[in-house]
Amino acid sequence: MRIMNHPILGEQKDIEWVTIIVNGKPLKAKKGEMILAALHAEGIIVNRYTTKRHEPRGIYCAIGQCTDCMMVVNGIPNVRTCITPVEDGMTVDVQEGLGKWRGDK
Amino acid sequence: MRQCELLVIGGGPAGLSAAIQAAKAGAKVIVVEANAEAGGQLVKQTHKFFGSKEHRAGTRGIVIAQILRDQCKEYKVEVMLNSLVMGIYADHVVAIDVKKSLTEHSIERIQAKKIVISTGTSENSIRFKGWTLPGVMGAGAIQTMCNYHRVLPGKRLLMIGSGSVGLIVCYQLMQAGAEIVGIVEALPHINGYAVHASKLTREGVPIYTGYTITEARGTDHVKQAVIAKVNPDWTTVPGSEIVLDTDIVAVGAGMKPLIGMAYMSNCDLIYDKALGGWAPSHSENMESTQKGIYVAGDTTGLEEASTAIEEGSLSGIAVAESLGYIPAAKAAELKDAAWHRLNVLRSGFKGEERAIAKRKQLARYDAVMKGGK
Repeated sequence: MRIMNHPILGEQKDIEWVTIIVNGKPLKAKKGEMILAALHAEGIIVNRYTTKRHEPRGIYCAIGQCTDCMMVVNGIPNVRTCITPVEDGMTVDVQEGLGKWRGDK
Repeated sequence: MRQCELLVIGGGPAGLSAAIQAAKAGAKVIVVEANAEAGGQLVKQTHKFFGSKEHRAGTRGIVIAQILRDQCKEYKVEVMLNSLVMGIYADHVVAIDVKKSLTEHSIERIQAKKIVISTGTSENSIRFKGWTLPGVMGAGAIQTMCNYHRVLPGKRLLMIGSGSVGLIVCYQLMQAGAEIVGIVEALPHINGYAVHASKLTREGVPIYTGYTITEARGTDHVKQAVIAKVNPDWTTVPGSEIVLDTDIVAVGAGMKPLIGMAYMSNCDLIYDKALGGWAPSHSENMESTQKGIYVAGDTTGLEEASTAIEEGSLSGIAVAESLGYIPAAKAAELKDAAWHRLNVLRSGFKGEERAIAKRKQLARYDAVMKGGK
């Protein structure tokens, strides 16, 4: 959920939007925001599943330290989505285990 | 290889303050910052600071961050963003990984006459059943999402820990429209400032002192949390469980200094619970036991942004003095003033134990440098 009006930070106005493709579906994202923020704005909270037990993982530290938010971005696995900004047309996919590079079988 | 007089690792309140003081005196300064914006944790601190006017009381953290960034610009400090220090090597050569895009980065080496390590802290975690479920996150993480990215990762929140961070973050989330289902504190009393706790209890937020979390429930994200009463021996009281519906469990279990850089550089470390754990010992000039490597801010012991600013300034003045930019008499005057402000910050509620711990750090430095250890 986006915080459009904030008592201290004020109103978010004149937002420029881009489109990213999340798990195959288009998603509206604020230009320049972090991938993780765009996902949470739309209630998408699972970033990856663990290798051995297939357990879900989501945001934990939000500042690039913990690596729980890693996803496959533009075909590159293990990208920390909390510190990686969105780009128009970017693909973002839930990561399974250690992830696969685009083109891997 | 590039050269500079002072290289600062970490562009938070301590690092930027060190850079500003040294650059103001005439030194060539580079700040290396891992994030896309400098300011450290100030960038998400929408609250006004406590204390006196000289500590910028009444000014919001986000505004202080902007003031520091502006001063860096004014004194021609070079701030390298998206740049991660990989290590400090022989002769003060610092290797830096500079991120340019998702797929491009380069390694740069810079040799510095002096180095300030100001890498801050990292959050502590606690383990309980279900603690890895999406929706369980650090208190700092939810603050970042809410105040910096302006997105709420859920509607209802349970906070674990009633320290300053836990209380302030709950209030800020309420401002942003979230519902706080409760604050859980294992100690028999509220751990943070009463003024913050009162703001929450006035709004009807329950604070469960003497309770801890035992479980987070849900399949792919948190739906419920179970809390229970704590015995004096830290076991839980059977039958005392309370089940709360919530989307987020935020863990505000304190922080510890990020000492990787100091540790790699063989700086002497000392343990003190009052400062969050292991931290480098240092002189009154903020110099570590490794000559020319200074430490400032939370990396030398968990305190507050205001103390980080003072310690940073102190290290910047000391560096400028040792480089010959400030005459000894003038430097002594500036450093005395900074120490006076630090002593004021380290008095009163919660301040006194930090003051004692800091004195131990200084004594430890003296002992190590005399070869006593």
